[in-house]
Amino acid sequence: MAALFSRRDWFKLSAVLAGASGIGAALGLRPRRAAGEARELLQSHDPNAATAVGEVSTEDFDPVAFLTEFDYGRVSRLADGQTLREYEIVAVDKEIEVAPGVYFAAWTYNGQVPGPTIRCTEGDRLRVRFTNSGSHPHTIHFHGLHPPEMDGILPVVMPGDSFVYEFDARPFGLHLYHCHSMPLKRHIHKGLYGAFIVDPPAGRPEARELLMIMNGFDTNFDGDNEVYAVNTAAFHYQRHPIQVEVGETVRVYLINATEFDPVNSFHLHAGMFRLYRTGTELTRYELTDTVMLCQGERHILEFELENPGLHMFHAHQSEFAELGWMGFFDARRPIVASAGSRRARQGGGS
Amino acid sequence: MSDSNGGTGTRRSVARLWIQGLLPLALLAVLTALFIRFGPLGVFRAAFPPLEDLTIERVRFSAPGEIEVFLVNGGPEAVTVAQLIIDEAYWIFEIEPGSEIPRLERAVISAPYPWVDGDPLLVTVITNTGVTFSREVEIATLSPAPNARYLATFTLLGLYAGVIPVFLGVLWFPFLRDIQRKWLHFFLSLTVGLLIFLGIDALHEALELAEEVPAAFQGVGLVVVGVLGAVLGLVAAGNWLRGRGAGGNDRLWLAYMIALGIGLHNLGEGLAIGASYAVGKISLGAFLVIGFAIHNTTEGFAIVAPVAKERPALWHFVGLGALAGVPTIFGAWLGGFTYQPTYATFFLALGAGAIFQVVWELGKLISRDSEAGWTAPLNAVGLVAGLLIMYTTALLVVA
Repeated sequence: MAALFSRRDWFKLSAVLAGASGIGAALGLRPRRAAGEARELLQSHDPNAATAVGEVSTEDFDPVAFLTEFDYGRVSRLADGQTLREYEIVAVDKEIEVAPGVYFAAWTYNGQVPGPTIRCTEGDRLRVRFTNSGSHPHTIHFHGLHPPEMDGILPVVMPGDSFVYEFDARPFGLHLYHCHSMPLKRHIHKGLYGAFIVDPPAGRPEARELLMIMNGFDTNFDGDNEVYAVNTAAFHYQRHPIQVEVGETVRVYLINATEFDPVNSFHLHAGMFRLYRTGTELTRYELTDTVMLCQGERHILEFELENPGLHMFHAHQSEFAELGWMGFFDARRPIVASAGSRRARQGGGS
Repeated sequence: MSDSNGGTGTRRSVARLWIQGLLPLALLAVLTALFIRFGPLGVFRAAFPPLEDLTIERVRFSAPGEIEVFLVNGGPEAVTVAQLIIDEAYWIFEIEPGSEIPRLERAVISAPYPWVDGDPLLVTVITNTGVTFSREVEIATLSPAPNARYLATFTLLGLYAGVIPVFLGVLWFPFLRDIQRKWLHFFLSLTVGLLIFLGIDALHEALELAEEVPAAFQGVGLVVVGVLGAVLGLVAAGNWLRGRGAGGNDRLWLAYMIALGIGLHNLGEGLAIGASYAVGKISLGAFLVIGFAIHNTTEGFAIVAPVAKERPALWHFVGLGALAGVPTIFGAWLGGFTYQPTYATFFLALGAGAIFQVVWELGKLISRDSEAGWTAPLNAVGLVAGLLIMYTTALLVVA
C-alpha cells in the first residue's frame, strides 16, 4: 500500500479540495462532481475527506502568521539598567471564525484569540497596561513568579476600567496568561488567553520557532467543544501546511488552553521530538512523539524532520483531531544559500 | 341587529356588517405595514438573531460510502449550514440547492462517508452561528431506492399487512348475516371496541410523530386539524348525501365510512412500516407478518358488521375491502422512499378522526336497534372484548 501522505497525494488532494473556484464554491455549486472526487479520495485511503468545507478568512487573524508573531513590547531601560517591556492589552468582545463559516462570539485580548504572545527574557521588568473594553469584568492572570497583588485575581477590572500589571519576568520557561474572572470556565473558553514566553538569559539554540496554543470552542454552549484546533482555526494547518526545512531544528512552544476537556495532546508523525516540560530547564526530559498536557500545562518541543514531505501532527485523541485539531508540517530541502543562516529570535528586543 | 327597515335599510345594514367585519382586518394590515416599514421598536429589538430551528428529517444511505441528509428549516429566519459533523468528525459535503436555507425551505446534504452497515450513526449539522442540530440513526443500512425490487417488496408488505387481512375479515359477512340479532349487536359493539382502540392508537401515533415535525409546521396543530377535519368532513358529507336522497342506505354508507377511516389509518400504518423498513428497524420476519395479518383481519370484520342484515352487491365488498386495505400499499411506498413526518402525522390524524366519527355513528346505530343500546350487558362485554382483541393482537406486532 502506498504511503498515506506522499507529496503526490497531497497535490491531488489539494486540487480536488480547491477545485476550480475555491473549496466552498466548488463543493457548494458542483456537488455531483465533488462527490465523485471525494469518493475517489476515500478509495485511495486519503484522510482528507475528514475535514471541514471551505476556508476561514485570514483578514483579521491569520493562523499561519500567528505561529511566529512574538510581541517583545515597547523596550526601554530602567535607571538601574534593567530592561523594561511595556504592553497595552485591551479586552474586547469580538466575533471570530473558528472553523470555515462557523462564527463564535468571543471575548478577546486585543481582538484576537489567542491573545498576543508576550515574549521577554528572564529578569526583564514587565509593565502590562490592561484596559477592559468588553462587556464583562476581566483580569489578566499570569503564570510564573510575581507578588500576589500582580496575580490578576483582584482587582477585577470592570468594563471601562484599567489596571497596570508590573513584575519581573521569571522563571524562564513557557507560561501563559488568561482571564481569572468568575465564572472562570466561561471567561477562558470565550477566548481570553495567550502565551507568555520567558527566554533564558543566554537564549536557546537557534531554531525555527512556532507558537501553538491548543484550544477548543463550545459554539452551542452545551459544555462540550464543537471545534478543536491549534491557534483557533480548525484544520487550518491541514489546508496550509507549516513550511519547514529538512534537517533544521523546529521549536514548538505548545500550550494547552482547551476548556471542558481535562487533557489535550500533541502527536508528531514520522518524527520524534525532545521534550522540555514547561521549558524551565535546558536539559531535555525525554524523546517521544506524543505528549499529553492537562489544562494550563505547556511544554517546549524540539525536533528535526529527516525527510521531505508532509508530516502530520494532531491531538492523539482522535475525536479532537477529527473535530479540527490536525495539521501538517511540509518539510522541504533547504535552498543552499539560506541554510544555517537563521538565528533564534529570543532577546530580539535587547 | 334588527333588519325590519325594508329593502334599502337591509342593504345598508349589510354594508355596515361588511365594514364591521373587515375593519379589524384593515387595521391589522395597517399595523403590520407600519411595523415592517419602521422596524421592530424598543422592547422588540433583540441583541441576538432569532433562534435557529433546523430539522434533520431523514438520513439516507444511498450507497456504500455515501449518505444524504435531508434538512428543513422550520425556524423564523433563514439558516446557513456551515459544516457537517458525522460521529464527531468534520466531513466534506455538498449541499443542494445551497447552504443558506430560507424559512420553511429544504436542502439536501450529500457526503462521501464510509458508514458501517448495522452501526448507529450521529449526524450533526453546525450553522454559521455555531448552533448544532443532530439526528441519531439507530442502524445504518442501505436505503431502498425506488426500483422494481423495493417496489415489489413494499407492495407485498402492504398486501400482507393491509389488503389480505382486511379481505379475510370481510369473509365474516355470511356469518354475521346468519346470527341472531342480539349477537349481531354484540359483534357491532365488539367492532366499536376494535375501532376505539384503532382510533386512539392512530391519535397516539400522530401525536408522537408530531414531535418530529419541524416547529413551523406545528405537529400538534396538524393533528387537531386532521382529527376534527375528518370528523366534520365525514359528517357533512353524510348529511349532504342524505339530503340529496342518496342516503337510502345508511348502513352501507356507514360501512364505507368505516372503510375510509380504516383506510386512512392503514395509510399511516403503511407509512410507518415502510419508513421503519427503510431505516432498518423492521426485519420482515414471518412473525411480524402474521402479527399484522391477525391484527388487521379484525378491521375487515368491523367494516361488514353494520351491513350484516343488508344485501349489498358483491362489488361493494370489493370496494369496501380495497378502500380499507389498499392505502397500506401506498403508505408503504411513500414511507419507504420519501418518508416525511409531516405527512405521516397528518394522515394518521385524519385516520383517527375518521375512526372516531365512525365510532359515533356505530354507537347511534346500536342505540337505535337495541333498546338498551350501549348499556346492554352483552353489548358492553362485546365492546370490552373488541378492545382486548386489539390489545392482544397488537402484542404480536412489535414494530
